[in-house]
Amino acid sequence: MIFLWAFVVGGLICVIGQLMFDVMKLTPAHTTSTLVVVGAILDGFGLYEPLIDFAGAGATVPITSFGNALVHGAMAEAEKNGLIGVVTGIFEVTSAGISAAIVFAFIASLLFRSKG
Amino acid sequence: MRRGRTWTFPNKPVIISSAAVGGPFEAQGPLSADFDILHEDFWLGQDSFEQAEKKLLEQACERTIDKAGMKKEDIQFFLAGDLMNQIVTSSFSARTLGSPYIGLFGACSTSMEGLALGALIVDAGQAEFVIAGTASHNAAANRQYRYPSEYGAQNPPSAQWTVTGAGTGLIAKEGKGPSVTSATIGRIVDMGISDPFNMGVAMAPAAVDTIEAHFRDLDVDTDHYDLVLTGDLGRVGHRICADLLHKHGLNIPQDRFGDCGLMIYREDQPVQAGASGPACSATVFYGHILKEMEKGNLNRVLMVATGALLSPITFQQKESIPCIAHAVSIERMR
Amino acid sequence: MSDKKKKKLTPVQQQYHVFAKAREPHRPVLLNCLKAFFVGGTICLIGQGVSWFYMTYFDFTEKTVGDPTVATMIFLAVLLTGLGVYDHLGQWGGAGSAVPVTGFANTMASAAIDYRSEGYVLGVGGNMFKLAGPVIVFGVVSAFVIALIKTIWLTWFQGGM
Repeated sequence: MIFLWAFVVGGLICVIGQLMFDVMKLTPAHTTSTLVVVGAILDGFGLYEPLIDFAGAGATVPITSFGNALVHGAMAEAEKNGLIGVVTGIFEVTSAGISAAIVFAFIASLLFRSKG
Repeated sequence: MRRGRTWTFPNKPVIISSAAVGGPFEAQGPLSADFDILHEDFWLGQDSFEQAEKKLLEQACERTIDKAGMKKEDIQFFLAGDLMNQIVTSSFSARTLGSPYIGLFGACSTSMEGLALGALIVDAGQAEFVIAGTASHNAAANRQYRYPSEYGAQNPPSAQWTVTGAGTGLIAKEGKGPSVTSATIGRIVDMGISDPFNMGVAMAPAAVDTIEAHFRDLDVDTDHYDLVLTGDLGRVGHRICADLLHKHGLNIPQDRFGDCGLMIYREDQPVQAGASGPACSATVFYGHILKEMEKGNLNRVLMVATGALLSPITFQQKESIPCIAHAVSIERMR
Repeated sequence: MSDKKKKKLTPVQQQYHVFAKAREPHRPVLLNCLKAFFVGGTICLIGQGVSWFYMTYFDFTEKTVGDPTVATMIFLAVLLTGLGVYDHLGQWGGAGSAVPVTGFANTMASAAIDYRSEGYVLGVGGNMFKLAGPVIVFGVVSAFVIALIKTIWLTWFQGGM
């Protein structure tokens, strides 16, 4: 079942993005930045984790989950260390994603050329 | 002799030689037979797209000079421009060519800007041999103005595809070839369009302004020319241009009014609204059109190259796109 | 792009905008949304499959499978970008390929690959975040603000977390 919901929820989040492209005429940078902020806000209200439980990868794969993960990391550290944890915790949870992107992108620049 | 903002050239400078160079995408288009050189390698064997663009322009110049049976030392002035920051493609090509050089920036209107000035210089007796031309490279333009080549952006239906190629012409005091008879210099027209994925719409009013000025200055009929070609208005811009001209009472017959951006690629090539880039009008004119004139299929042509004079920064600063169009008339002398 | 704070247009300009709009091709919004739904849904489905794979054959739980899943999706996206496939997927799928984390990986890989001609330090290193920067900046800034507000709220108004 979770596979079905992963497909549907992931697809719907992308449709929201597409509407931002076509109707609001936003650039991809504006769209993805907005969605990241939305993910962060939803986690602030405690609404994103239930979505992840329900839709699995349909909620963790879209860029909105990046915002969620950032808030989560910050909150987890804040619980342990108080207010300063907000700053130290922000990258804890997402370091896998960002590190992977940097390392793989760098390797790609070594191996590949633009194809036009 | 000037009429309004149109120069007429009583000494009839002649285009004695020309060359059009293209890339792999252009090689698949319907005009591929009219290119002198077509490259299979998008990189032209170079280490960067900017160097590839430079190679395109250098090759076009070389070919033009070869075909005229001349040497590069015979060229008195080189007029060129391109889309790169600080027009490096032209400057570095000028370094290779070694001729006295005037750099131009007209974006996609550079081809006719150069031809107009080149004809003026030769007509005024201030040179015997002038080369005018321009080049563009799809990936180099994308890097600077839009996104890296492998980026998965979705281009809207009004977007256009920058031509990878170069077109140059050799203008001489006398010789065998069609003559440049007049040139109308454009002025900036800005209708408040700010979407760089909708350049045809931004540029159409500039084309209308210049075309109207040309017909008004020279006081000729709308069927005076066998063909009136806009540079790269594309599907959207060309239609708007035709409709606007019609609205203003200038009815150029539909079968004599075309757009280079719609000629260079086939319908099934994924270019959305058509081709663009300085090389668009340059390769179509210096390749296909001049060949058609040579064959006798066309006698009088008006080329109206259109340019959008924005930069990536002006777009980010929410500025609109100022545009310009330069028109040059070329006739077969009998 | 539309700009709500558009500079004042003159009447002639406004007239032209109306004239042009009537002659512009409409973006096929419904079709684009369907394509985005399909592509985005499929990418997430693949992500779910990857998670399942890690949970079944390795020692990952639902809580810990997020990291390897995201890393794998990023790897796949970078590979497709390098092979010259992702840009075609993007043209067809639109937001369906841009919104998932694979889109984020594509921005970084495409920039890294493209700027190699300026060298590895200034070119690749200096430009890798050109397109991805906004997402990271706004993600971090908004997360900081939200976490700050929430922490203060919980500490002061609800007496401890």
